[in-house]
Amino acid sequence: MSETEGQINVSGDATGAGLHVMGEGVDLSHGPILYLDDITVSFDGFKALNKLTLTVEAGELRCVIGPNGAGKTTMMDVITGKTRPDLGTAFFGQTIDLTRLTEPQIAHQGIGRKFQKPTVFENHSVFENLELAMKTDKTVWASMRAKRSSEQLDRIAQTLELIELHGEADRQAGLLSHGQKQWLEIGMLLMQEPRLLLLDEPVAGMTDEETERTAELFKSLAGEHSVVVVEHDMEFIESIANVVTVLHEGSVLAEGTMDMVQNDERVIEVYLGR
Amino acid sequence: MKTENPVLRYVPRSEPFFTRGGWIALLAFAFIALVLLPCLYVFVPEGSAFHVSAYTVTLVGKIMCYAIVAMAMNLIWGYTGILSLGHGVFFALGGYAFGMYLMRQIGREGQYQSDLPDFMVFLDWKKFPWYWTNSDSFLWCAALVVIVPALLALVFGFFAFRSRIKGVYFSIITQAMTFAFMLLFFRNDTGFGGNNGFTDFKRVLGYPITVPSTRATIFAITALAVIGTIVLTRYLIRSKIGRVLTAIRDSESRLMFSGYNPLGYKLFIWTLSAVLCGIAGALYVPQVGIINPSEMSPANSIEIAVWVAVGGRGTLIGPLLGAGVVNGAKSFFTQAFPEYWLFFLGLLFILVTLFLPKGIVGAINLAKWRRK
Repeated sequence: MSETEGQINVSGDATGAGLHVMGEGVDLSHGPILYLDDITVSFDGFKALNKLTLTVEAGELRCVIGPNGAGKTTMMDVITGKTRPDLGTAFFGQTIDLTRLTEPQIAHQGIGRKFQKPTVFENHSVFENLELAMKTDKTVWASMRAKRSSEQLDRIAQTLELIELHGEADRQAGLLSHGQKQWLEIGMLLMQEPRLLLLDEPVAGMTDEETERTAELFKSLAGEHSVVVVEHDMEFIESIANVVTVLHEGSVLAEGTMDMVQNDERVIEVYLGR
Repeated sequence: MKTENPVLRYVPRSEPFFTRGGWIALLAFAFIALVLLPCLYVFVPEGSAFHVSAYTVTLVGKIMCYAIVAMAMNLIWGYTGILSLGHGVFFALGGYAFGMYLMRQIGREGQYQSDLPDFMVFLDWKKFPWYWTNSDSFLWCAALVVIVPALLALVFGFFAFRSRIKGVYFSIITQAMTFAFMLLFFRNDTGFGGNNGFTDFKRVLGYPITVPSTRATIFAITALAVIGTIVLTRYLIRSKIGRVLTAIRDSESRLMFSGYNPLGYKLFIWTLSAVLCGIAGALYVPQVGIINPSEMSPANSIEIAVWVAVGGRGTLIGPLLGAGVVNGAKSFFTQAFPEYWLFFLGLLFILVTLFLPKGIVGAINLAKWRRK
C-alpha cells in the first residue's frame, strides 16, 4: 500500500499549512523549469510527438498553439506522466525526471494540470473540491485522520476569493456554470501550490467577459508560477502571451513573439493550408 | 494572491453524525433486534400469540447477514464506483473459515464416530490436512474469518488496481474469480466437503447450536454487527477518506492529477469490504446451518449487486433496505410461487433500473424534494 512519498523528496508536510515556499524539491539553480528534449511518442506507428524539444523558463507564461493533431495534448500527457515517451528526456527543474514518476508523484512535485473539458468533482461542494486539491499529505492514513486547520480554511477562503466563488462555497460543483467550473478547476490547481501550471484550453466555452478576467488572472499568476497555456483562441493568446510556440505534426514549427509567429511563412502555410 | 484584505473565512456546516430521525431509527432497531425479538423467541411460550418462531429468527438473522454484505458492497460500488460481481466469494470464505471450527465441534458425534469430519473419513483421509491446523480453536478460526478474505482481496486487488483495470473489465474478472473458487471448492480433494460443504453442526463454544438461547445470542451478535457496519460506513463517509472515495468514483483522473494515488484508497476500501463480507458469512453459517460452494456461484454475487441497486447505492441505509426487501420478497415467493421467483427478481431489477435509478432511497428523497 506504499504511497508515493517514500521515494521522492517531498517534505512529509502533514499539516499542509498553507503559505510556505512553493514546490520545494524543484531545483531551478540553473535555468529552465521544464525541459523536454527529443520526445517521441508513437501510437500504432503514428508519431503523435516527433522529436519535440521545448524549454520553459521559471516564471514564464508560454502559449502553445497548433492545428488539431499537432500533439499539444500528448505533450501535456507526457509532462504529467499519463503517457510515457518512447524516446527522449523530460525534466522538471534540474533533477526531477518526469519519465520515471507516476501522475500523483508528478502532481506532488508541483505540476498542476487543467483538462480540456472542465473536470471537477461534481458531487462535492465547491469548498470540498478545493479542500481535496489542497497541498497536504495525501496518503490513506492521513486522509483518515484529516482535520481542517485554520490555516487551511484561510487558504481555501483566499482561493475562493481569487476565483470569485466565495458566494458559492457550499454549492454542489456540478451545478456551477461552465465558466465557473473552469475557474474552480483553476482554483483547485492553485490549491496544489504548483510551480508549473499546464492549462489545456482554459477559456473554451467562456463568455468574452470571463475570458478577459481569465487573461488577467493568468498574467497575475506568471512570475510566481510558470504557466503553459494551450489555446485555439488567438485573441486570448495575443492578450497574454510573451512567447508563443507553434506545434505541428508533433514537433516545434516556430517559436517567438506573437508578431514573429504570425508572420512566419511556415506557420501561415500550416494554418491557412496550401 | 490578494492577502491585503482579510478574507471572510468559510466554514462548512458540519453535518451531524446521524440526524434525529436517524438516531431514533437506530435505537429502535437496536431495541427490537437486541432485546425484543430474542426475548419473545426465548421466553414467551410457543403457544402464545407473542411467540416468535425459530423460523422467523433464522430468517431475520439471515437477512441481517445479507444486509452487512450489501453495505460492504455499497462501500466499494456505491461510494467508490467499483462494481464487484465476486463479493460472494468473500462471504463464503468467511463462512467456510468459521465452518471449520463448527465441524471440529461435532467431535466424534458424526456418523463414523471419528475425530475427522465425515467427509474426510469418506475420502479415506487419516489425518487433517495442514490448513485445518488449529481449526479446533475458536479464536484461530475467528481470526481466519478476517484474514482469509482480507488476504485474497489484498492480493487480487493489488494486481487489478495496479494494472488500472476498471469498470466492466473489473466486474468480469471478479465474476471469474468467484467462479474459479466455486469450482475449487466443489472438488472433494480440496478438503472442504466438496459439493455438500459443511453441515450437521452440533455445538458452538460447547453450547448446543439449535437451542433457543444459542440462536438468540448469535442473532443478537449479528444485529450488533449490522449496527457496527452502519456506524463504520457513516464514519468513513463523513471523513476526508469518504470524500476521496467518491472523488475516485466521479473523476479518478482529476484525483490523480491532484496528487492522490488511488491504489491505496481502492485497496483499503476493497479489503475492508471483503472483511465485512467474511464476518457476515461467519455469522450466517451457524444460523442457517450449512455452507456449500453454491454460495460462490456467479449468480449469488450478482444478486448482491441487485440488493444494493434496489435499495439505492451510495446511500447509508439503501443497501440495508434493499437486502431486506429483496430477501423478504424472496422468502415469500419461494414459498408461495417457487417457480416464479427468478422471473420476479429479473422483473424487479428491470423496473428499478427503469423507474428508480437511484433505488428506493433515491425515490424517497426525490419525493421529499418535490414536496418542498
